[in-house]
Parts: sequence; structure tokens; C-alpha cells
Amino acid sequence: MISRDDVAHVARLARLALTDAELERMREQLNAILAHIDALRAVDTTGVEPTSHAVPQFNVMRDDEPRPCFPPEDMLANAPDRAGDFFRVPRIIEE
Amino acid sequence: MTAGKWDVVIGLEVHAQLTTRTKMFCGCPTTFGAPPNTQTCPVCQGMPGTLPVVNRRAIEYGVRTALAFDCRVNHACRFARKHYYYPDMPKNFQISQYEEPLAEEGWLEIDRPDGHARRIGIQRLHLEEDVGKLVHEGTLETAQASLVDFNRAGVPLMETVSKPEIRSPEEAAAYLRAFRAVLVYLGVCDGNMEEGSLRCDANVSLKPAGAARLGTKVEIKNMNSFRNVQRALEFEVKRQTEALDRGERIVQETRLWDADRGYTRSMRSKEFAHDYRYFPEPDLVPLKLDAAWIDEIRRVLPELPRARRQRFVAAYGLPAYDAALLTQSRALAEYYEAAVRDFPQPKLVSNWVMSELLRELPGDDERAIEQATVTPSRLAGLLRLIDDGTISGKIAKTVFETMVRTGEEAAAIVRREGLTQVADAGALAAMVASAIAGNPKAVEDYRKGKTAAAKAFVGQVMKASGGKANPAMVSKLVEAELEKLTKT
Repeated sequence: MISRDDVAHVARLARLALTDAELERMREQLNAILAHIDALRAVDTTGVEPTSHAVPQFNVMRDDEPRPCFPPEDMLANAPDRAGDFFRVPRIIEE
Repeated sequence: MTAGKWDVVIGLEVHAQLTTRTKMFCGCPTTFGAPPNTQTCPVCQGMPGTLPVVNRRAIEYGVRTALAFDCRVNHACRFARKHYYYPDMPKNFQISQYEEPLAEEGWLEIDRPDGHARRIGIQRLHLEEDVGKLVHEGTLETAQASLVDFNRAGVPLMETVSKPEIRSPEEAAAYLRAFRAVLVYLGVCDGNMEEGSLRCDANVSLKPAGAARLGTKVEIKNMNSFRNVQRALEFEVKRQTEALDRGERIVQETRLWDADRGYTRSMRSKEFAHDYRYFPEPDLVPLKLDAAWIDEIRRVLPELPRARRQRFVAAYGLPAYDAALLTQSRALAEYYEAAVRDFPQPKLVSNWVMSELLRELPGDDERAIEQATVTPSRLAGLLRLIDDGTISGKIAKTVFETMVRTGEEAAAIVRREGLTQVADAGALAAMVASAIAGNPKAVEDYRKGKTAAAKAFVGQVMKASGGKANPAMVSKLVEAELEKLTKT
């Protein structure tokens, strides 16, 4: 079971500010998702390798060949704040 | 090292930027120093809907390094997401490796201060992507905002974690030096610590001398040179020793090295609760490295620093000291070998490279050595002029300095400045005669048995000739002349 503290902890790691009502709603939803995982757990997986990827594909790689970048103007188009061609972010408190 | 009743235990984590042309997961170039945010794309900025694709050369470089450290390359490996929140990381997670890293269990041999070699175990080697660069507006204390440049975000990084088997700050510096040399020989990293191509974090702990269990470790960050690594670790060992001697406990934490003030200070650790919530990167399918590919990479491994050093002793008959100095970088070793091919007197070439060339250039700076104005063949040309008696060794040093400045061939400088050694017996005899005639007192001294007086005459003639007289001939002429005088 996921507690309210768990939700608050994960929210803080993701820099999400949740109201008490939202915390409660997330707690319920996350627990519902976990309950679904429990349903999957009921399947007998003896002798099955843990699977991280559903597609049986490996070694998808590319050659080390440069490709054109995007212009800074495009990359900065959605920036909430900028200084020249830098993104500008609030000062970082932590050293 | 034993700090009184404590054993020092150090483990190093080294992050090396790979010298691929493009980033780890997209085709943006990795050129250093480009204008801000000109080398980015939606992939390396983590825009929704984009997909990363692994750079094959980065994997090859990782395998190459793993083989050089005698690691076990994991045929099956995969990437993972490491989550944390910091403005220099556009996706709010870093693609890294966690379970199933590229390689594990290797070693690196280091030279200890006492001259003996020692193996330091390597725990794991994995690949990941670099983050962007933050520039603070104004000073750190007064800054209201930070500026972010994502050019570096996504550049391939190779993280190599040593086992906690390093026993002193000196050994840590030796490990880093040996590590860097191997990477540079392999051509996978330029090894430039100032530009951040090579970064090092350390875990330091102390335990009661001889105890098996490790003490609480402290992580040290922000050491950006070999010297700073050693200084920071020396400070930290002292700090922990004093705390333990006072009966205090060591707190597990991350500390930052402050090079200007010369101490480590605690980072506020609240936000650094190591809660990275790793999980397999769903956007990248796992790798199954082909054994034939790994064999091929092994087959073309270049000669590594240690092997080359041993060969320099065996093949050229060089002292161990010379061999170590000359093999500190691949470029320097290659410079030396090219010069010896042109002028096959290994020890003489070694002396000139160590004293004259390294006075002008740092021996571990690949680029500087490769671009040296005095090329190996030019150095050989200079040495030939000494060998055939055209100039004296002393004059040759002046010629060398001119070569560094002007980039000319030695012969051209000698011709232009008229530095050719005077080896004409008649001309030298006249100079000797005049020196002897001008100093009857010294001749008297010589007669009374002060043979050292002969040296004074040689010196005088050398001086009178502007250093151009052939010293061996002058010496012979002076002796013959004095011999004659004493017999009369």
C-alpha cells in the first residue's frame, strides 16, 4: 500500500506541488495501479527471464555521423525565460 | 597509508568524455566551446515524442577501454533511467546504466611512491550521457538566476568505478595519472581535466588499522586537477583522522572541495537523498554485444603505456626513469620514436627530448606535442649536426631555442647565424697560442703542477670563439702547447 507520505515524497522528488486533495487522489490512483500489478503477479513466471522490453529487438545503433542541429531560436522558442541564447532559470539555492 | 592508528581506504569514480564526433543518443556534434545552445536538438533536449538511438562508436570506445583494463565485457547490457531534478538536465532523468553495465571486474596497475607497482581493482565501467552547463549570473552568492547551455547535454560519458583499494592520496593521484594515460593511448578521451573531459569523484573512509570492515565513507566532489585530487584527499584524511581521534563519528555525506580555500565542506544533503528510482530505459532496446566484434576491438588495441615503457627499456636500452617520462603520453612516445628512427642514438635523443623539448612543452599535452614546431625529424637534424661535428652541444641548445621560435631547420639557422664549429686546426692553434701568450701567470701555474690551469685556457679559447670552437680539439691543442712550454 502506498501511503500519503510516499506520494508526498515522490511528488517532492519530481518538484510537483500537490494540494491535500490531490495527494489523496494520487494515493488512491497509485494504489489502484499497484493492485493491477498484483493481478499480473498471479501469473506463473517460473523459468521466465525478467523482461525489460516487450519487443524482441537488440543492438539498435547508429553510426557516429554528425547531423544538423536545430537553430537556438527554435530550441529556445518555448523557454519561459532566456538571456541571449541561454535558457534562464531561477537561481539554484543548493551549492 | 596509515594515518596513525587508522587505515585509509579510497575509491575513485572517474567520468571521461568520449571523443566521439556526435552525442551518445543523437547526431548533434560534440565540439567543445561552440556558442551556447547551437549543438542541440529535440532528442538531447528531451522533447516529448523523441527517441534516442545509441552511438555505436561510444559502445566501441567503452569496450576498448574495458578490454584495456582487463574487464569482463557483459555481452548483454542495457541502459537505465536515473531520475533527479536539476536544471542542467533537460529530461529530469539521465540515461545511464545500472544493472548490467557494459563491463565489470578489471584492474589498473599503478606505480607507488616506493617504486613498486600495485594493481587497483576496477569494479565497473558503464556509459551514460553528460548534462548541460550552468553559468551563474554574477557571483554564486548574489546570483538571481542561472544560465543553461545544453551543448554538452548528451555527450557520451564513460564512468569507471575503482574498488576501494587505494590506500593513500598519493596512490589516488597515481591511479588517476595511469588511468588518464591509458584512455589517451586508446584515443577514447582527450584527457583534458581543465576542459572537463576527465572528472573525478572520490569516496574516502578510515578504518582501524588492520580491521576488515570499512568505515563510514564520505564522497568528495569538485576536484578538477591531479594536484587538487591529492590535496583534497590529504585534507579529508586529516579531517577524518582528527575527528575519529577525538572519538567523533564520521557522517556519511557529500563534501565539495574548495581549491581556493584548501578545504572540503559539506553539501546540504537534504536534496541529495539518493533516491534515483532507476528503471530500464524503455526507449532503448538492450544490447547483445557480438563476440566477433569484441574480438575485433581487442585485436586492434594499441600498445598501452606500461607495455610501451617496458619496450623502451628493452629495445632502446633507456633507464626506467627516461622510459616512464617519455611514455607519459602517446604523442610524446611517438615523437621520441620518430626522432630515434631518424637519428638512432636512443639515449642522446632521450636527453634532448627530456631536457629541451619538455622545457618548452608539457609532456602530457597531446596537442602541444603533436603541434611542436621542432618536429621529430627537425630534432634529428639538429642532433646530426652535433654528431658530425658541425656544431657543439652547447651551440646546439641555442639553435634549439631558435628552432622553437622560428620553426626553421637547424641547418638553416646554423648557416644564417654562422654558428658552424671551428674545427680548422690552423685557426684553432692560433687562438690557443694567443690565449697562452696572453696569460704567462697561468703558464707558470701549470709548470708548477697546477694542471687545472689548462682548463682555463680551453675556456678562454671557447669564449673567444663565441662557443664555436671544437672543444675536444681545443683541449688537445692546449695540452700539446703547454707540454711544449714546460719542456723548454
